[in-house]
Order: sequence, then structure tokens, then C-alpha cells
Amino acid sequence: MSELERLDRFLQTDPRDVGCEEAMAVLNIYVDHTVTGGDAAERYPGVAAHLAACGPCGEDFTGLLLAVTGA
Amino acid sequence: MVATPEGSSPGSVAIVELVEPTERELDAESADWVRRLSAGDGTRRREAEGELHARLVRIALAEVNRRSGSTPVTGPELTDVAHQAADDAMLAILAKLKDFRGESRFFTWAYRFVILEVSGKLGRHYWRNPPVALDAGQWENLPDRLGINPQQHAEAAGILAEVGRVVQDELTAHQRRIFVAIVVDGIPLDALAARLGLQRNAVYKVIFDARRKIRRALVAKGYLDDQGLEQR
Repeated sequence: MSELERLDRFLQTDPRDVGCEEAMAVLNIYVDHTVTGGDAAERYPGVAAHLAACGPCGEDFTGLLLAVTGA
Repeated sequence: MVATPEGSSPGSVAIVELVEPTERELDAESADWVRRLSAGDGTRRREAEGELHARLVRIALAEVNRRSGSTPVTGPELTDVAHQAADDAMLAILAKLKDFRGESRFFTWAYRFVILEVSGKLGRHYWRNPPVALDAGQWENLPDRLGINPQQHAEAAGILAEVGRVVQDELTAHQRRIFVAIVVDGIPLDALAARLGLQRNAVYKVIFDARRKIRRALVAKGYLDDQGLEQR
């Protein structure tokens, strides 16, 4: 990926992004959907868009996923 | 689902996609935990609380260890953060147990509290030994922060100048302070939120809007293609 592509990726904003508050409110539901083999990103595109763009919420998602899977 | 309208910000509208049934039949394990934690029998309830608390401590310790490379909090203080997070999560879980409706498994619901407590506490503890001061304004780091190398990219100087112009001319003083702290100085978002007494979402919203403004400016100047997510 070129420098400009990386910069563009950082600057891209997804209008579906629901924000931290909404994403964290349903994080447990989103994680369970992921763990049970469902396509959480398809079911909750606004949450997926947010988790991809927000570092802290993405970390919380990873942490919760690891916690419930025991990985 | 409802898309965020043009010009608005993330989290500013009700999201239809998030609506879940409010009542579901609990799975057997979840139902058992709710029963035990709600038991009138004090001994049975205390046993369940003790078992849950031990699980929360284990999860919190694992989580602070996982994040140890990205926080200045270290050693015994990191362990303290984990125990504090587990204690506070336990209180929150017991206080909100009556609100648990089984939208997820009980442990996924319960562990969310401790993960979020770890995030919040690491943000607050960041300021006990911060590697970067608030309002440091280390603009010389911007090329690295944006991944643009002026030595290797002919357009880098123009891009960096345009970013600086947008930050200076199109952001309010409050927005500029947040952008500089997060993007220029690399202060963790949760740490900045704690320092400024803001919710995480309020800080994210500022960065979200700044990213959109900067991208539009770079598109207008011909540095970036206008085929972004906003047009999809």
C-alpha cells in the first residue's frame, strides 16, 4: 500500500459509522454473533464500520472476543 | 438501517440495525448465573459472586497484560488497574443484573463491563507518567503520524501544508486541541477523554469530523481521489 493510500484510508469516514456509544452498547451482542459464526459485520454494518475506524473501540472488541473465547 | 445524514456525526441518530428483541429466553448457563446471583439464599449468592469476581479478575489481568505494550502504566500499577477494574465491574454487574435480558450470553454481557473498565482506567492512569504532555504540539512528528515522507514523496509538502491549513482555519480551538493531541502528539483517545472530562464518543466525533474535512480539502487540491466511502 502506498503512502497516499494509507493516508486516504486514515482519512476515510464511513457514513454508516454509529460512533462509540452505540457500538459499545451492543458490543456483547456483536461479539456473541461473531463467536457463534454469524456474519456480525453484515448484520451490524454500522458497528463494523465503527470498530474498523475507532482504535479504542476496536481494542475493546478484541479484548472481549478474547475474553469469551478464552484465547 | 438508518445512515448518518450528510454533515452529521457518528452516533447522532438512532440506529435501526441495533434494535434487538428486548426479551429472550436465556440459555441454561446464563439463566443459572442470573438465578444464583439473585438468590435469596445469601450463601448461594455469595458463592456465585465470589466465583464471578474471580473470573473478572482473571479477565482483567489478561486484558491489562495484552495492552501493556501500548500504555505507560506498568508493573504493580498495572495489576492494581486490573483489580480495580474487576471490583468496579462487579459492582456494575450486580447493579444492572435486573436489566440483563439475554441479548447475549451472560458472560459476554458481564465481561464487557470489565473490558470497558480496563479501558477507562488505563486512560486515567496514563497521566501519572505521561510520555507526552497535553498540548505539546509536536508538529514535526506529523509526517510520521500520517505516514507521509517528504523525502520520498514529491507531494508531501503540499499535503502537510494543506492538513495544517485545515486544522488552523476550519477547526475550532476545542477541535484543534483534540486533533493535535490525538493525531499530532499521539495521546491515546481514552487518555485525552479522561483528561478533558469528555466521553470517548465526543473525542472520536471531533477526529471523525476533522478527518472528513481534511480529506475533502485534499480531494479539492487533487491530492486524493474523490471516490471515498462517503460517495459509495
